[in-house]
Amino acid sequence: MTALKLAIQHKPFAREDGELNAIENIEIEIAANEFVAVLGPSGCGKTSMLQIAAGLDQEYTGAVEYAAGLEDRMAYVFQSPTLLPWRTVRQNIELVFSDPQTHADAIASVLEAVGLAGSEDIYPLQLSMGMQRRAALARAFVLRPRLLLMDEPFVSLDELLAARLRDLLKTMLAGNPASVLFVTHDWREALSLADRLIFLSPGPARITGELAVPLSPQQRSRPADLQNFRDANAKFFQSGKQ
Amino acid sequence: MASQRYNTFARISWMMTSVISLLVVWWGAALLVQSRYLPTPQDVFSVLAVEFSNGELLFHVSMTLMRVAASFLVAMVIGSAIGIVMGKRAWVDRLFDGWLMFFLNLPALVTIVLCFIWFGLTEVATVLAVAINKIPNVAVTLREGTKALDPAYEQLARAYRFGRWKTLRHVVLPQLAPYFAAAARSGLALVWKIVLVVELLGRSNGVGFQIHLYFQLFDVAAILAYAISFIVVVQLIETFILQPWQQTAARWRT
Repeated sequence: MTALKLAIQHKPFAREDGELNAIENIEIEIAANEFVAVLGPSGCGKTSMLQIAAGLDQEYTGAVEYAAGLEDRMAYVFQSPTLLPWRTVRQNIELVFSDPQTHADAIASVLEAVGLAGSEDIYPLQLSMGMQRRAALARAFVLRPRLLLMDEPFVSLDELLAARLRDLLKTMLAGNPASVLFVTHDWREALSLADRLIFLSPGPARITGELAVPLSPQQRSRPADLQNFRDANAKFFQSGKQ
Repeated sequence: MASQRYNTFARISWMMTSVISLLVVWWGAALLVQSRYLPTPQDVFSVLAVEFSNGELLFHVSMTLMRVAASFLVAMVIGSAIGIVMGKRAWVDRLFDGWLMFFLNLPALVTIVLCFIWFGLTEVATVLAVAINKIPNVAVTLREGTKALDPAYEQLARAYRFGRWKTLRHVVLPQLAPYFAAAARSGLALVWKIVLVVELLGRSNGVGFQIHLYFQLFDVAAILAYAISFIVVVQLIETFILQPWQQTAARWRT
């Protein structure tokens, strides 16, 4: 069953020296509970693509189709944690509900799950970057999403911390299965998480290849296995790099 | 912590020293000149005591304060609305930029006189005249604040479907708070000075009216008594309302 069907023929991108195409002819279908990672160089239009998928950007030609009821169960994780600094961690999470009182238990358990129990009354700027990213994950998962759109959510963390947060994401997804569209420029990150990779060219973004990732959870946690998989499929990764 | 306490202590002692030195200079000058047009602080305080005990001072100060409050409120609400819309919509900004320039440079006296001519010597005209003088400053400040709104938070609000009211309350207004505070503080200082002029020209009570009255009598001690009592009131509002509010609004900053 298809959860999300994304077809973008054309996404204009205004620049001082005229109008450019940011995206050209991208078609992506994501099955229910499938984890798709989109790999592409920085600035190739990956964020635009996610924003179109989320319905945040209407200036494009194409179409986005969601499975029934999915649109209301969608969560977005931004490139920066994007927590409101003038609201506490708990208030930031409460804000995604129109009736936070009735979700007090869900909020408490999601804070527990991301390891922020006890920090809920702290303002975000007093937290470390890793903790802020945990709070952003909590905000997304508290909605029990069926579709997760993630825009390089672990960028600018050191490798150890990023690996820990990837494990946290896997755990959260095990408890709350969801279709995921995950954008990154880090092939290791993509391989350790995704069922399928989609490679994008530098702007204007076009799909240059697709690759299933049939790795076991054990293999995904071993850097050597990831490297071997990459070497075995070198042509995909080469084209994505240019 | 210790240094913070020391700083507060040092600040207060310097403030006291500053005020006392002003009083000493004034006193010295008054003694030197020996003129009824430059009374000593002592003379002024005895006038203050008389005006306070017969209720005159309280009545006129509260009349003025009510006018200040009303015009301040009107100016903040209308000025903020105009500023926010100008910050949001580029065409509104371009269209009304010339208007803002005009009203920013329009002398306060002209607004006051025109308001009295057009709307009569009424309370509404008074409040309107003062508000019109302040609205352009508020609008300019809030326009700047609106242009500085972080688009990342707007995206957040849309991605998580906050809706209009929640976005305004939790996303937009907290970002504008420093601009509101700046507009409010400069606004209070401007508004109360203009209110006195308006009262002088077209009201039969208030601090401005009293100053006008004592000007005709050349009673400098009474003029200074009213001026000082009003300075104290405004400083109290600044210290006990505006500053604490600003600190609460900024407590999330590390």
